[in-house]
Amino acid sequence: MHRLFLKGEVHGTTHLYSGQEAVAVGVCAALTQGDWVAGTYRGHGHALAAGTDPAGLAAEMLGRATGVCGGRAGSMNVIDLEHGLLGCYGIVGAGMGAVLGAALSGRRTGKVAVAFFGDGATNQAYFHESLNFAQVLGLPIVFVCENNLYGEFTPLAASTAGGDIAGRAKAYAMNAEKVDGNDLWAVRDAAAAAVERARGGGGPTLLEALTYRHFGHSKSDPGSYRPPEEVEAWLARDPLVIARERLLADGVPVEHVDAAETSAADTLRRAVEAALAAPYPDPATEAAQEFAA
Amino acid sequence: MSTIDFRTAIRDAIAAEMERDERVVFFGEDVAIAGGVFKATPGLHERFGEERVFDTPISELALSGAAYGAAITGLRPIIEIMFGDFMALPMDALVNQAAKFFYISNEQGTVPLVVRCAVGGGGRFGAIHSQIPGTWFQGVPGLKIVAPSSPGEALGLLRGAIRDENPVIFLEHKRLYSVKGEASPEEVIPIGRARIARAGEDVTIVSIMKGVGDALAAAEDLAAEGISAEVVDLRSLRPLDLDTVLASVAKTNRVLLVEEGPRTGGWSTGLLGAISESGLHDLDDAWILATAEYPIPYSPPLEDAFMPDAAAIAATVRERLGAGVAR
Repeated sequence: MHRLFLKGEVHGTTHLYSGQEAVAVGVCAALTQGDWVAGTYRGHGHALAAGTDPAGLAAEMLGRATGVCGGRAGSMNVIDLEHGLLGCYGIVGAGMGAVLGAALSGRRTGKVAVAFFGDGATNQAYFHESLNFAQVLGLPIVFVCENNLYGEFTPLAASTAGGDIAGRAKAYAMNAEKVDGNDLWAVRDAAAAAVERARGGGGPTLLEALTYRHFGHSKSDPGSYRPPEEVEAWLARDPLVIARERLLADGVPVEHVDAAETSAADTLRRAVEAALAAPYPDPATEAAQEFAA
Repeated sequence: MSTIDFRTAIRDAIAAEMERDERVVFFGEDVAIAGGVFKATPGLHERFGEERVFDTPISELALSGAAYGAAITGLRPIIEIMFGDFMALPMDALVNQAAKFFYISNEQGTVPLVVRCAVGGGGRFGAIHSQIPGTWFQGVPGLKIVAPSSPGEALGLLRGAIRDENPVIFLEHKRLYSVKGEASPEEVIPIGRARIARAGEDVTIVSIMKGVGDALAAAEDLAAEGISAEVVDLRSLRPLDLDTVLASVAKTNRVLLVEEGPRTGGWSTGLLGAISESGLHDLDDAWILATAEYPIPYSPPLEDAFMPDAAAIAATVRERLGAGVAR
């Protein structure tokens, strides 16, 4: 996707998920069919982890007619209800509002709702109102903060009083846990416990996943405000590399791991090729409706 | 038909829809145990239980976000934002999320939610508890804005709003809550069609909510003086039923738009533009009676002078038509 930006195939802006993959994959691995997920504007990882077809996702990011939202939503706003993706939210924190209602629905059907959001969102009204609302009502929600140390271009220390995001849950008497967000297994285990609690009527949990984005905030941001030694240290903890090493250490044959990596890369390559070959939506035949009948 | 007051019409509409559809839920600040700050919803909590009718924290953004999330996942939420002025707080959930979902999702799902709020001046509530926020939302495709004028309209339109598949902002004028009128409990009024509240020949007066009652009272007075006024109740600001307005203007050739709110950015200004664009050949005169371009004052004489009322409507019609002059 980074290369496609540079070529001008991805329009407007977009926000890469590279470096944070273990969070979405770990959390979604703890969910079952029918559970709901709300992603962020950095939502491609959330969508893929939720089960969105990579070809439909790539086409949506490229504004093509074959996109999962027909090219109407774009990179920041992908919606895929079939896979429980309530939306990826371009407004910081908005997904936390959406999951409150999904959890009201879920309470009737035994389903759980998960909201992903960044550390910057913890200074939004959405965060504080939603945590309070969810705890007061005992809703089946897992709030997953992807703490990548920067809210847009501003470091956590300069934007977030107290600096302890998981600690903010104490004020709401909410269960909370800090977890290594680059360790897929650690994320999955913490999420599984939180999901089980939510499904069992034990109310919401706040998970703070410590992670890092490999690129800048958005298309136009090289991320040069970040100290090089900090970037280097985190790149060395690439969640994909950590996952590979863990699998090998656990005795998974190297050829299986290689095959999985090749297969994933092929899937994504084919998705992008199909998207590039797909037509743009045609304004002349677009049956645009303001209201649902 | 029975005679009920406006607040009872609201409660009856919610009860009837909750009775017929298990998916309808109702929540907001003080709406359940207390029955609402304007006492429009007492008894619903006892009747339908905590799962379907419940109180929330004072968190307009969270409860509107919750309504949006519930609507896209299979429920049909009704929420109350206590005073319309507080609609500034949940703007993101309603404007950026609920209003856009149907279109940008490529019609994967609908957003059947209703936001009720008490609006309007005349209650001595001051500048920040008396506004009518309909026009704040009028420029947002995907939102319906309903503004009932009587108990019968409130009952039928609220039932229509709850059955509608789109997010609906439902405005309840505070000065109407105690007004009594005829209502049919069975009537469901679909949203988007204006109605002729009174037929007339000489001038069309268009308004919403309390303005419709004021216009009808003014029309009575004017009739005694030989001026025949037609009153159009818009019933919704979006969709806006321009056809009904144009048909009335084609008959009377004069139109007065009565808006409780400033004309700058008001619905009346936009409607006057649309009438000019499509009905200019039918027009002999067109004008607006709106409120002054400053916030709603608190002190009773200041607020009374600020609000458009029946006397002001009748006076402006007399003045424009040249009362006493043969037409």
